[in-house]
Amino acid sequence: MKTLALCFALLAAPALAQTPCCATGDLGVVVERATGSLLVVDRSDHAAIGRVEGLGDLSHASVTFSPDERFAYVFGRDGGLTKVDMLTRSIAARVIQAGNSIGGAISDDGKLIAVSNYEPGGVKVFDADTLALVGDIPGNSKTIGLVDVPGRRFAWSTWDSGEAFMADFSGTEMKVTKLGDVGKNPFDAVLTDDAHTYLIGLFGEKGVTAIDLWDETPAPVRFLKDYGKTEDDLPVYKMPHLQGWAFTEGQFVLPAVGQHELLWVNRETLAEVDRTPTHGQPVFIIAQPASPFVWVNFATPLNDTVQVVDSRDHKVVASLTPGKAVLHMEFAPRGAEVWISSRDDDKIVIYDTQSREKIGEIPAQSPSGIFFTARAHRTGL
Amino acid sequence: MLRIAALCLLPVAASAEVAAPRAVALERMVIQDCGSCHGLTMKGGLGKPLTAEALDGADPEALALIVLDGVPGTAMPPWRPLLTEEEADWIAHYLLKDQK
Repeated sequence: MKTLALCFALLAAPALAQTPCCATGDLGVVVERATGSLLVVDRSDHAAIGRVEGLGDLSHASVTFSPDERFAYVFGRDGGLTKVDMLTRSIAARVIQAGNSIGGAISDDGKLIAVSNYEPGGVKVFDADTLALVGDIPGNSKTIGLVDVPGRRFAWSTWDSGEAFMADFSGTEMKVTKLGDVGKNPFDAVLTDDAHTYLIGLFGEKGVTAIDLWDETPAPVRFLKDYGKTEDDLPVYKMPHLQGWAFTEGQFVLPAVGQHELLWVNRETLAEVDRTPTHGQPVFIIAQPASPFVWVNFATPLNDTVQVVDSRDHKVVASLTPGKAVLHMEFAPRGAEVWISSRDDDKIVIYDTQSREKIGEIPAQSPSGIFFTARAHRTGL
Repeated sequence: MLRIAALCLLPVAASAEVAAPRAVALERMVIQDCGSCHGLTMKGGLGKPLTAEALDGADPEALALIVLDGVPGTAMPPWRPLLTEEEADWIAHYLLKDQK
C-alpha cells in the first residue's frame, strides 16, 4: 500500500509524465560535461530517460551512489556537490563546498560523503542525507585519489606535498592519520577490490607507491622504480586515471605515463611481468567483469580508439573506433555490455562484449563519465 | 599608444591567421582538452586558472610559447606536436579576448 502511494506520488510529479520508473537497479547517469547536466539512462532499454540540469562546471566530474541506488552524488569541478534523485530526476540537495574539487566517495555504511578539493585544498565530509558538513580536514595541497575504506574511513593523497592520509569516522571523534610520504606529485590513487592495498601513481618522479591497509601500521612501499614520467617521455595530454586500474589474473594493469604502453605487475611480488604496446597513451584501463579481458581508452589526439587486451598473454585482441574523443567506458555489472562515451560525436555507443559489435547508441551532449548504479556496492568508490 | 594599437588589431590578427573551420576546432580543443586540467570555465584545476583575472596583462607571445613548449617540471605538456605557431597564437589571443 505504501508502495502504491509512492507510485501515485511519483506519477503526480510533472517530471514523470510518462511511464514511471520505480526501481533503479539498471539505471545510470552520464555526465554531460559542457552543459553541466546529467543524463539519466536505462541500461536495459538502451535509452535516456531524463536529464537533470544546473550542476555547474562538470569538466572533471565523478559520481557515487547511495546504497539504495536512488541518489547519485555528483562531484563537480566548481566545488559543487549535488545529490540527484534519479526517480524524480531532480536535485535533492546541493552545496558549493569549495572553489574547485576533483572527486569523492561514499562511506561503506552509506552515511558519509567525502569530497577531495583542489582549491582550497583538503577534504570535506558531509552527511549523505542532508549534505550538512560533518568533517573538515583543511590542507595546503590539492587532494587526489580519494577512496572509501571499510570501517567509515577514507584515504587520499596530495599532489603538491606528496603525502597520503586516512580519516577514520568509526568513533565519536574524527581521527586523521598521515599514512606517509608517497613521492612527488601523485596524480591518482586507487584501492584494490579487496581493500588491501592503496596504490598511488606518481607524475613528478618514477615509481608507484603501495600502502598495505590491512597492516596495523600501514607504510608506503615504492615499486616499479622506472615507472612514471620523465623529461624524455612523450608529452602527457591527458592525465591517466587509476580508478580503472584493472586487477586481473593475479596482476595489476597500469597505464604507463608518457608512453604508449600498459604495464602488467604481479600482484604479490609487485614486480613488472610484461608490457603491452598500445594505440596511444592509456587513460582508463578497465577489466571486463567475469572475463580475462581489459578495455583501454587513450589520451588526445589518439582518442578515437578503444583496445581490448587479453590479460593471459597481454596481447591486443581487438581495436574498435566507437567515435571521436572517447572519454570513458562503463560495463554492465556482469560484463555483457560496455557503454562508451564519445564526447565529440555527442553520443554513447553500446557494445556487446562477446561479439564486440555495436548494439546501440544514445545521443548525449559532450558526454564524459558513465556511471551505473551497481557502483553503489563497490568498495573504494 | 603602440600597445593600444596592437590590442585593437588582435582580434583581426587572430581571425586572419587561422581558417574558420580550424578556429572552431581550436575553440573546442581549448574548452574540452585544455578544460580537462584548467576547467571548462578556465577557473583552474590541476592546471592554473586561465580566466580574465588570472591572465590580466599577460603577453600573448609568452602565452603562445607556454602552449607550444609546456612548462617543464609541471603537468603542462608541450602542444607543439599538435599545433602550429599560428594556432598557438590564435589560442593565446582567444584566451585574452575572453577578458573583455
